[in-house]
Amino acid sequence: MIEPLKPPRRKNPVARTRQPTLPPAQRSRTSFGLTAAAAEGRFALQVCVECGTVQYPPRDACCNCLSEHLPWQDVSPWGELQAITTLHHSNDLYFRERLPWRVGLVRMEAGPVVVTHVHEACAEGERVRLSLRLDRAGQAVMVAMPGRETPHMMETPLMRELTCDPKFRRVLVTDAKSEVGQAMVRALLAAEASLVFAGDPQAWRHNAGYEALLRDPRVQPVLLDVTDTDSVDRLAGQIGGKVDILINTADMQRDGGIMYQRDVNVAREIFDVNCFGLMRLAQAFGPAMCSRTADGVNNAAAWVNIMSIYARASLPPRGMWSAANAAALSVTQCLRAEMRPSGLRVVNVFVGPVDQEWEQRTPPPRVPPANVARAVVQALQQGTEDVYVGDVAAELRDRLADNPKAVEHELGRG
Amino acid sequence: MSNNILAQFMSALLAGQIRIIDLTETLTPEFPTIVLPPEFGQAWPFRIEEISRYDERGPAWYWNNFSMSEHTGTHFDAPVHWISGRDLPNNTVDTIPLEAFIASACVIDCSAEARENPDFLLTIDFVKRWEEQHGRIPPRSWVLMRTDWSQRQKPRDYLNMKDDGAHSPGPDAEVVPWLIKERDVHGFGTESVGTDAGQAQHLDPPYPCHYFMHGNNRYGLQCLTNLHLLPPTGAVIVAAPLKIRRGSGSPLRVLALAPTQ
Repeated sequence: MIEPLKPPRRKNPVARTRQPTLPPAQRSRTSFGLTAAAAEGRFALQVCVECGTVQYPPRDACCNCLSEHLPWQDVSPWGELQAITTLHHSNDLYFRERLPWRVGLVRMEAGPVVVTHVHEACAEGERVRLSLRLDRAGQAVMVAMPGRETPHMMETPLMRELTCDPKFRRVLVTDAKSEVGQAMVRALLAAEASLVFAGDPQAWRHNAGYEALLRDPRVQPVLLDVTDTDSVDRLAGQIGGKVDILINTADMQRDGGIMYQRDVNVAREIFDVNCFGLMRLAQAFGPAMCSRTADGVNNAAAWVNIMSIYARASLPPRGMWSAANAAALSVTQCLRAEMRPSGLRVVNVFVGPVDQEWEQRTPPPRVPPANVARAVVQALQQGTEDVYVGDVAAELRDRLADNPKAVEHELGRG
Repeated sequence: MSNNILAQFMSALLAGQIRIIDLTETLTPEFPTIVLPPEFGQAWPFRIEEISRYDERGPAWYWNNFSMSEHTGTHFDAPVHWISGRDLPNNTVDTIPLEAFIASACVIDCSAEARENPDFLLTIDFVKRWEEQHGRIPPRSWVLMRTDWSQRQKPRDYLNMKDDGAHSPGPDAEVVPWLIKERDVHGFGTESVGTDAGQAQHLDPPYPCHYFMHGNNRYGLQCLTNLHLLPPTGAVIVAAPLKIRRGSGSPLRVLALAPTQ
């Protein structure tokens, strides 16, 4: 039986806030294949093209035949937990603060024997499911998980370290009036967030959906226009110290390429929302969140950016918007580097065309806003950081990995 | 002679016989700008970013960058703003004759009517009734429509956006050409976000105040405040827009001079 997570007690306002420590982050260059898989919630290992050996830990040559052709492939995560060791001492600051700590040895059905973190509910001799997770340092670690879903499985101290579950956390949704924003608030409430700050960029505009959300006592309306530095600063002054997860839903989608626009006004407006808005949020909310990443059960855990998949390749009929999304993607890469020392996870969610008014003339498939919201909550619960929502986004990711030049030409044909 | 007049003016001002009333709203990022369908070009709201504030960005000085449209906050409309005024001479803020920037004002109090009816339209009859009380509108005089709209809560009640768009008072389609032709007015000023009513799209012609005023080389002032502090007649308005090359309008400080009662 796993103890369910208890709601955090109210914080003593004069207590010192515990400062974050990080697990060791050094890895070989090759092992970033594990990080890439963990970032997307996949379980992939090197598989030798020549002899078929599944290999772990990652190396530059096959441990069986010395081949250098070792593509990363999804493999079976199942294995037998052969031994558990409980550490009662560590010289590493991170583990020292979290002792006792269980590590184990798993013989994988795919072949390798791996040293792994062990979930609190696993016992020796059991069949376990290995999982690649990002730790607080943003690096992949192996975790042996119970073979079957168990209640409250994701609420243990270990899993809470490896995920950013909204449960009992306070979340700011920067634009909660948009279709995606409203769906986001609903999904967060369903995931038991303790408080949702629902950003309202246009107080003068009536919106029945948004107003209905406010009936839930856990939803608090806040004025927030990401194009207005005063507005962002003012809100950070009010709630900056209690935002555990920030989800940036602010987006200004408009049609239009570049050359046949008569001016850069619309482009500037889009950049002001999608790119500079993100920067303003980062400057106003980022430092306070980074200082609270070890603040108990409801520590600051994640910074979520919802972007178009066209951040990764321009869709010429929406060239301005694509450019702003690409700029935003670059901003998030910088933020990842800047937030990494704190352990605050930067989650990038790439979505295909969303079913909302600005995609009116986009043929299906279009992603329902509720699916975007569900994917965000899932990512937080699972602790992933690169998320692709919808067939269009997932397909474009694969095509870009396969042949980016072809994608450039294909998107250009409209 | 002129020295003498100005000396008299200054001594009256210093003696408190002339009040200066600020008809200008403070420029803030929250101040509403006119709302158009999102597929049209949009007027930028007021935005401000600190350049430095006695800090590492500039140790001994404080200053800001700001951005906004020509039609944000309390602002002046030049004739070129509307298509009806596009071919007129001296129709841009940089070429408008200086004399246009100082003019007397008639303040028509429609505050009770606007309180009752957000869609209140000023009519010829209403103006005639005002004239019965306060005298005929003199030529080349601003007509300022007092609605107390500036005292509404901003932005929600000020824009007053409903399912069918904005609802705010303004002039009807008959009174505007009448004011120009029969009273030779200088321009029209309002407290709401535009010189036309919120639903003026549905008048004939649409946006009659813009259409006729600018088509006759007259001017507009909007987002005014403190009109309730002005006498019905006898105030002088000083309203000089920024000298923007080919500018269609400009935010500005609007001052009224009025005799102290």
